Amino acid sequence: MRTLPSTGPRYEPPRPGSNGASPFLPPLPSSRTPIDPPDPIEPVEPIEVEPPPEPERRKLRVVDVQDRASLGGAALAGLSLTWVLYSRILPTEGTLGFIVCWWLSFTAFYLLLTGLRRGRVVLADRFAVLLAHSGAALVGIALATVIGYTLIRGAPALMHWNFFSQDLRTAGPLEPLSTGGALHALAGTLIQITMAIAVTLPLGVLCAVYLTEVGGRASRLVRSVVEAMTALPSIVAGLFAYVVLLISFGMRLSGFVAAMAISVMMLPIIARSSEVVLRLVPSGLREASLALGATQWRTVWSVVLPTARPGLATALVLGTARGIGETSPVLLTAGYTTYLNLNPFSGPMTSLPLFTFKMSQSPENNYISRAFGAAALLLVLVLLLFAFSRWLAGRGRSGAR
Amino acid sequence: MSDSTVEPPPRKLRSSLAPSDTIFRLIARGGGGLVLLITGGIGIFLAYQAKPTLQTYGWKFFTEQSWQPEANQIGVAAILFGTVVIATIAIAISFPLAVATSLYITEWAPRGLKKSLVAVIDLMVAVPSIVYGLWGFFLLQPWIIHVSRWITDFFGWIPIFKVDTDPDAAVFDGATYASSAFIAGIVVAMMVMPIACAVMREVFEQTPRGEREAALALGSTSWGVVRAVVLPFGRGGIIGGTMLGLGRALGETIAVVMIVSPLFEINWHVLQSGSITISSMIALRYGEAQGSQLNALMAAGLVLFVITLIVNLIAGFVVARSRSGAGTEI
Repeated sequence: MRTLPSTGPRYEPPRPGSNGASPFLPPLPSSRTPIDPPDPIEPVEPIEVEPPPEPERRKLRVVDVQDRASLGGAALAGLSLTWVLYSRILPTEGTLGFIVCWWLSFTAFYLLLTGLRRGRVVLADRFAVLLAHSGAALVGIALATVIGYTLIRGAPALMHWNFFSQDLRTAGPLEPLSTGGALHALAGTLIQITMAIAVTLPLGVLCAVYLTEVGGRASRLVRSVVEAMTALPSIVAGLFAYVVLLISFGMRLSGFVAAMAISVMMLPIIARSSEVVLRLVPSGLREASLALGATQWRTVWSVVLPTARPGLATALVLGTARGIGETSPVLLTAGYTTYLNLNPFSGPMTSLPLFTFKMSQSPENNYISRAFGAAALLLVLVLLLFAFSRWLAGRGRSGAR
Repeated sequence: MSDSTVEPPPRKLRSSLAPSDTIFRLIARGGGGLVLLITGGIGIFLAYQAKPTLQTYGWKFFTEQSWQPEANQIGVAAILFGTVVIATIAIAISFPLAVATSLYITEWAPRGLKKSLVAVIDLMVAVPSIVYGLWGFFLLQPWIIHVSRWITDFFGWIPIFKVDTDPDAAVFDGATYASSAFIAGIVVAMMVMPIACAVMREVFEQTPRGEREAALALGSTSWGVVRAVVLPFGRGGIIGGTMLGLGRALGETIAVVMIVSPLFEINWHVLQSGSITISSMIALRYGEAQGSQLNALMAAGLVLFVITLIVNLIAGFVVARSRSGAGTEI
């Protein structure tokens, strides 16, 4: 339906000097001839037009009320049958078994009810959909228990402020949670990951720049070696740092060695994901910059890297999340201590994963609570990093044109 | 036509790098070379360190079960066996879950929920393994030993599900069922499932719209679309994702250390306590190792690294070769 506008923009005849020129200057010679103002438009009654009869939309979904009802009915029937058989008649017990039997009988009832009304094709479809939903639900429940259980068991330790403000030097296995904490582990984690980032970020990005911008014959070799090394198990990275730095070079267990072990593990990951990000920079941007006479260095610094910045940040943050939670390289190289040690170059320096591991090996309940507290703290750190990377990625996308 | 104009000789174009570019290239090459040195150095170093052990023990290194450096008996047979068993259990559990979850996310999840589900899967990849280890040890294990017992009761006639204990004992002997390869496999499955799922989902998303709609127009159900279009298209992603997960499962350390009780012999009874993997063996034994024992550990690490490398290379090859990879070019 189209209607004429009832109030259109009114045409105003040009007045002298209204087109930006000063009224005191003689009018500029203009090729335009003055136009008479047209008659003002009378408001017209909108014409009623019957909309063409829309074709009735076909329903693409073939799930009707009966299907929904059979879903609910099957769930109820399965529950009842399981209750009667499993809990009352058969010599079986246990919550897990009950749930499994319920699911099985529910599936059987549901397929039976669907099979009564529909053919084999739909039956197969419903079965597949049911399986996919069940699988996803199982994964969701498992993840929820992983995160929920860690946070709930960790809460008692986290409730005490001293968990963040004290180390463990005074707190033995039998001390209550109100003394001692994980400050030394938290500080160790932050120091080690900062050092690891300071090593891996420049090297990784430089390597990615080399692979995408400079290239050459050797770049294939570098690329395949980096790709292969992303498969390096973290314990082997730890063993490498252990043997080279501690045994061969005679260093002592320290935060620096741990940071190097983490770097060895993170470097291929960051180099590879940075390369992927740099490849996504449109070559048109590069060529435009080069065509303007910029040197290659200028192009990389002012065009390629800024364009890829959100992606690089995401790659870095995800690599950091990997590095921060990895226990095995730290286990071999950091050394366990209960003292707060802020100097990464001397003395052992515990980190959160290592603290969690050592505490969880203890039979004392308070130590186990502390282990969960540290694990929850680690989890929160990773969650924050992850949310930060999402935010960065989202910002990059909205800024992109 | 002899008066054709003589073509002027082409101008010689010579470009020379600006001084800043020469430096830039040098620095970039240096960075690439350094990364090559570090990463490649690990492989060469491992091989170099492992050489004396492999030379001394020869083929016996792969057939000997016990790991007793003090008795001069070193071999990776049992360790390798445990590694493969735990990884196999992990893949057997995580594969169907990963396929189901990724299909659910791409095909059947409500549109509003989809984005957050993708984020949740990506988050699961980032959850530290120690958290999974705690979960497995404190929450899962007390439950799963009953499942293990149930499996033994009904399927104990299958050799691998047998457990050497008196099934009719008055008191349930939970310790026999705890710390088994089965439980470690479940925990590792939780860890590798998101990786496999993320890869599969990405590939499933790239299924060409036209083919989907063609299948729908021919009257197929949603499962029909999946079976006829999505799964064949995403086969490379399914295999590649599973292989990537397998690579992670083989190298997983800390969760396995927390759960299994070390046992240096080939244990076919996966439900029974006791197993060992290469990575957990390194984590347990590095402290007391010196000299040639350290070399032996390096040799074991080299074996693990070579296996994960082969698995990852195959995964990369499969993903790149399959049709699924073709859509990722931008």
